[in-house]
Amino acid sequence: MKSSAGLHFKTYLLIFLMVIFGPLGNVLLGKGMKRIGAVSIGKPAEALSVLSRVLTSRTIWLGIASLIIFFGANMLVLSWADYSYVQPASSVAYLMSALLAHFWLHETVTPVRWMGVLLICLGVLVVGRTPPRTTESS
Amino acid sequence: MLVFIFYLLVIGAGTGGELCVSRAMKAVGEVKDFRPAALVGVVAGALRVSWMWIGLALMGTAFFSLLAVLSRQNVSLVVPVTALSYGAGALGGKFFLGEQVTPRRWAGVLLVCLGVAVVIIGRR
Repeated sequence: MKSSAGLHFKTYLLIFLMVIFGPLGNVLLGKGMKRIGAVSIGKPAEALSVLSRVLTSRTIWLGIASLIIFFGANMLVLSWADYSYVQPASSVAYLMSALLAHFWLHETVTPVRWMGVLLICLGVLVVGRTPPRTTESS
Repeated sequence: MLVFIFYLLVIGAGTGGELCVSRAMKAVGEVKDFRPAALVGVVAGALRVSWMWIGLALMGTAFFSLLAVLSRQNVSLVVPVTALSYGAGALGGKFFLGEQVTPRRWAGVLLVCLGVAVVIIGRR
């Protein structure tokens, strides 16, 4: 992997965008879908009604916009960085999601769940300390 | 049972999709010009790679499965459970992208899976 400051800067910048907009998109979708209620795929009429409510929800559209920014940043960073580097580096998103769920959605996040989230972040840190590129660049 | 299938799709199709997108973007090459016109060119170039379309289809499947799961369970449970994709990602990186997954990397993946188990226990 190249070690130039420019390469590092654009990598960190795009991963930062992923960490912000990924969890934000998930939380917005969660908020929107909770308002709509449990999805039933058994009855076509009910499924159409749910689809109509999904497509007219501003919260869901904001969530989709956030996830599009996330996806764009992910796509660009993968043009030069390893998948096995980008995936762990963007793990702070898990902590961000739990924080957003706790403080914004007011969901109950138990201490055991927090411990799980911390273990996930620790595991991802260990993965992130392995060589970022193990294949020849194309 | 239905929730389990949706989780399986979120993790399996989501990771598979990202691996395909990663392969497609490596084929496009490193993006160095971030001006809007150049980015449009990058997107156009990526859409000419078949792996990108396979990736998008898989990620679309994962996205709608995620919507279904989010309508039934809390974000703070759903998102950590999807961390299982790190296991799938390490396997995909090794066998699909030809990356070397070292023992340290596997240890990290194990920690992530342990964290997921703790999150599920914490649900009760």
